[in-house]
Amino acid sequence: MITKEEVEHMGWLARIEIHESEAQAYAKKLSSVLDYFSQLAEVDTENVSPTYHVADIVNVFREDVVRPSMPQEEVLANTEKKQEGNFLAPRIM
Amino acid sequence: MVYENPDGVKIGLEIHVQLNKLNTKLFCGCSTDYHNAEPNTHVCPVCLGLPGSLPVLNRKAVEFALKVGLALNCDIVEQTQFHRKNYYYPDLPKGFQTTQYDFPIAGHGKVIIDGEDGERIIRITRAHMEEDPGKLMHMGSIEKSKGTLINYNRSGMTLIEIVTEPDMRSPKEARRFLDKLRSILEYLDVFNGDLEGAMRVDANVSVMGGDRVEVKNISSHKGVEKAALYEIMRQKNFIRRGDKVVMETRHFDEARGVTLSMRTKEEEHDYRYFPEPDLVPMRVADWVPGVQKTLPELPDAKRDRFMREYRIADMHAKALTSDIKVADFYEHVALRVCPGAAAVWVADILKGELNYRDIGVHAFKVEDMIEIIELVIGNKITERSGVEIIRTILDNGGTPKTIVKEKGLIKVEEDIIIKAVTETLEENPEALQDYLDGKEKSLNFLVGQVMKKTAGRSDAKTTRKMLLERINKLPQK
Repeated sequence: MITKEEVEHMGWLARIEIHESEAQAYAKKLSSVLDYFSQLAEVDTENVSPTYHVADIVNVFREDVVRPSMPQEEVLANTEKKQEGNFLAPRIM
Repeated sequence: MVYENPDGVKIGLEIHVQLNKLNTKLFCGCSTDYHNAEPNTHVCPVCLGLPGSLPVLNRKAVEFALKVGLALNCDIVEQTQFHRKNYYYPDLPKGFQTTQYDFPIAGHGKVIIDGEDGERIIRITRAHMEEDPGKLMHMGSIEKSKGTLINYNRSGMTLIEIVTEPDMRSPKEARRFLDKLRSILEYLDVFNGDLEGAMRVDANVSVMGGDRVEVKNISSHKGVEKAALYEIMRQKNFIRRGDKVVMETRHFDEARGVTLSMRTKEEEHDYRYFPEPDLVPMRVADWVPGVQKTLPELPDAKRDRFMREYRIADMHAKALTSDIKVADFYEHVALRVCPGAAAVWVADILKGELNYRDIGVHAFKVEDMIEIIELVIGNKITERSGVEIIRTILDNGGTPKTIVKEKGLIKVEEDIIIKAVTETLEENPEALQDYLDGKEKSLNFLVGQVMKKTAGRSDAKTTRKMLLERINKLPQK
């Protein structure tokens, strides 16, 4: 069972403010998701090596050749706040 | 002599090295040449983590990482992949850093440094590849900042994070390790340490068996030494007062030379590492023999060869091989003039003048060094004039030939000295008499007078010899 405190901590990790009134509801919902996935624990994986990737391929590379970057205006197109070519974020500790 | 390490100091380092000699970033084709560029001009959808963008691994970055691993005497992993380290901070707009987790590309290595009591082995725990985050600039001081400017040009640069065991017993050993590491990386030609932010260090420091404290993000070798010194003092005072040092993360304030506590709420499990689904695993252990062949002669091997081949002292060989550029410079000079003299001129004199001016050996020409050494060995100029030529070239430019001419440094011809000797003896009959009466010191006075007349261009040895010849020929009174 997920606790209210865990929900608040997860909210903090994602920098999302979760109101106390919502925390209880989220705790319940997240718990039910975890319960659902816990069915997987019933499968015996004793001698199965972990899957790191679903496609059975390795070693996909590109050569060290420069390709054009985006123009600065385009890079900054999705932000409202900018300054001298930088993204402008609120004060960060 | 055995170093006792009275305070039980243990220092381990985590070093983030930018493999900045690559042309492009780790997962995209953006150029790494951003150091003098406008902000956010070396970025693409991959650097920005825009939806739908897909990373593709730079083959050369893997080769470089293997080179570093092998040069640090590491084992190379059979198979590895990248993981996502999840954290929400604007230096990486994706919300995670692509890094390696349970299978670093290299591990279990060692580096030999000059320790407190002779050679010391520093064990390398692991070396893994990861992407560099973007750069944040706080407007004003960090406490009173009004906002933060974000530049993603650095985002996605290839980093190799090298983690050591806590094998360093003093701040000096930590600094020696970093110097040695930089030297090796520059020999490998994968790294330029002169570029801003090329190497950032976290230092884990503990004393007397206490908990370790991590000092984060120190940007210079000197800074690491200072931060570790401060931490040792702080922790010792803490223990002396009967308190217990607690495990924590601190920040080093370079300007004030102190470390400050940094509150962090994130713990290891909060990063929720999981395999990066956008990148396939890599199996590169079979590249090792090929990469091994491309490894250059490394600093320790070069030092031994210099001692053997050029018959120079350990101290000189070390000084000449710590920087690959100085080593190459020396070899070019040593092939043309006496290697012993070349060692003195390059290691003791030129290097000193360069360090004093904080410039690299590229500022001086091999040909000029050879010419100066030949002039001194050929007895055309004094050693002091040789040093003067080096200084003049570094400060004002020019060539040895023109400087010798302009400053009149060619040793004065014999007849000029003879004339000065004659004049000196005529002008100083008392001093001459004193010498003849057995006062040896008067001869020194006369030598000084002659040298003054020749404006210091004749050396003391020759002057003395010529004076004595003249005095011995004087008619007996």
